[in-house]
Amino acid sequence: MGDFLSQFGELFAEYPIAAAYWVNIQLTFWAAIFSLILGTVLALIRISPVASLRWAGAAYVNLLRNTPLTVIMTFLFLAVFLQLQISLSDDFTQNFFRFGVIGLTVYHAAFVCESIRSGVNTVPIGQAEAARAIGLSFLPAARLIILPQAFRGAIAPLGNTLIALLKNSTVAVAVSVSTEASTVMREMIESNANFIYAIFVLFAIGFAVLVIPIGLVTTYLSNRLAVRR
Amino acid sequence: MRTRHTGAATLAALTALTLAACGGGGEVGGGGEETGGAEGGGDSIKIGIKFDQPGLGYQDAGEYTGFDVDVATYVAGELGFEPDQIEWVEAPSANRETMLQTGQVDMIFATYSITDERKEQVAFAGPYFVAGQDLLVAEDNTDITGPEALEGKNLCSVTGSTSAQRIKDEYAEGVQLVERPGYAECVTALTAGQVDAVTTDDIILAGLAAQPANAGKVKVVGAPFSEENYGVGLPQDNDRCEDINAAITKMIEDESWDEFVTSNTEGTGYEPNADLNPPTPDACA
Repeated sequence: MGDFLSQFGELFAEYPIAAAYWVNIQLTFWAAIFSLILGTVLALIRISPVASLRWAGAAYVNLLRNTPLTVIMTFLFLAVFLQLQISLSDDFTQNFFRFGVIGLTVYHAAFVCESIRSGVNTVPIGQAEAARAIGLSFLPAARLIILPQAFRGAIAPLGNTLIALLKNSTVAVAVSVSTEASTVMREMIESNANFIYAIFVLFAIGFAVLVIPIGLVTTYLSNRLAVRR
Repeated sequence: MRTRHTGAATLAALTALTLAACGGGGEVGGGGEETGGAEGGGDSIKIGIKFDQPGLGYQDAGEYTGFDVDVATYVAGELGFEPDQIEWVEAPSANRETMLQTGQVDMIFATYSITDERKEQVAFAGPYFVAGQDLLVAEDNTDITGPEALEGKNLCSVTGSTSAQRIKDEYAEGVQLVERPGYAECVTALTAGQVDAVTTDDIILAGLAAQPANAGKVKVVGAPFSEENYGVGLPQDNDRCEDINAAITKMIEDESWDEFVTSNTEGTGYEPNADLNPPTPDACA
């Protein structure tokens, strides 16, 4: 057993494990912010009174939600970067990081949109009718009445989306974000297959340590902040 | 009721983790018992190769081609297996040790460098080839002559391999790295002009350059700066190592080896590092 533990020491000494997880956390952080913004806009579009907008919103969600994230990332690399020669930064590391954030954002915005829509469904129809009755049009009603209650009802599904986002941040390797955790894991397996169990345990625990607190916090918040009816 | 279920699930997860942890101690290659025994006759042999490396191990419409495939066919022939008794299995880099330990393959010819870390898990026969890390550049490129010239350039390699990182750490700190899932994508990036060079072992690069689609567009620089001894991966409790080494020696003596190298890198002008090739197989452990 002591032998097994010393393998962790060697792995930590040889590979930038903490730095690798930090890249995943940064990807998650930016993608979470942007996908929350884009997802909220999409949710507004999907509950809007304009039929063509609703159709466009549904089309986006169904298209992006049903496209594998790896395909989105590979598309960004092969089509946008290689063929269209669009660069987001002269520094490759920054460039691919930004592409990674874009890929994660457009994909998870679809899920955020659906989470918020499920939150909207927790708001009784009477609230919307009352907002109309006091003369609020769609956007003010959504901003002042519907969305604040919807967000409070959507915390648990949003938390699930955030957990999925954190784990999916490893897919950014498909757009050449080469310093993140799953790439480092591949390097480890490639040159240190003798430590294969230690590597597995290390990454299983690493993600559990990141994901479990998110689950606990969102469960706590969703209990605390949900509108009691 | 709900809490009890959660508790059971947690317990199951923890048990799984603990068991995995215990397995890591010292026992190695538990699953290879059935593989060694039967020689020749009506049995087939399972050989692990790469399916996606043109010139080395490549699957094309059910046909297998490349240097590793030719060497494996020759060695299997010496062991008493006809070509139609060989079952080719894809052996991706990260899975090679596991496939040998669990008996999914009997031997592996897949650009498998002999290293001390790997020897803890598997046994090696050979080496049958000594490759070296090199660079692939556009045909008309003249300023990239070696790894030092990559300062400020864009370099592509495969995800999870350490070859690109080695250049950044040891030769050119200002190199910009791109990592792709396969070498073919790196060559696409090279011909599209978004990267200046592709790096990995020279014979892999030569195999890529020899592909009809890339002919005349890219070239191997030809200044290898590392030593990779390609061995035949075997389970640790094998009884074939001596026979394979004898087959490799015979293959080199009857000049089949030279034929395999030239036929798989045709048209690229590639020459293996003559100081180290052809190699002499190491003694079996």
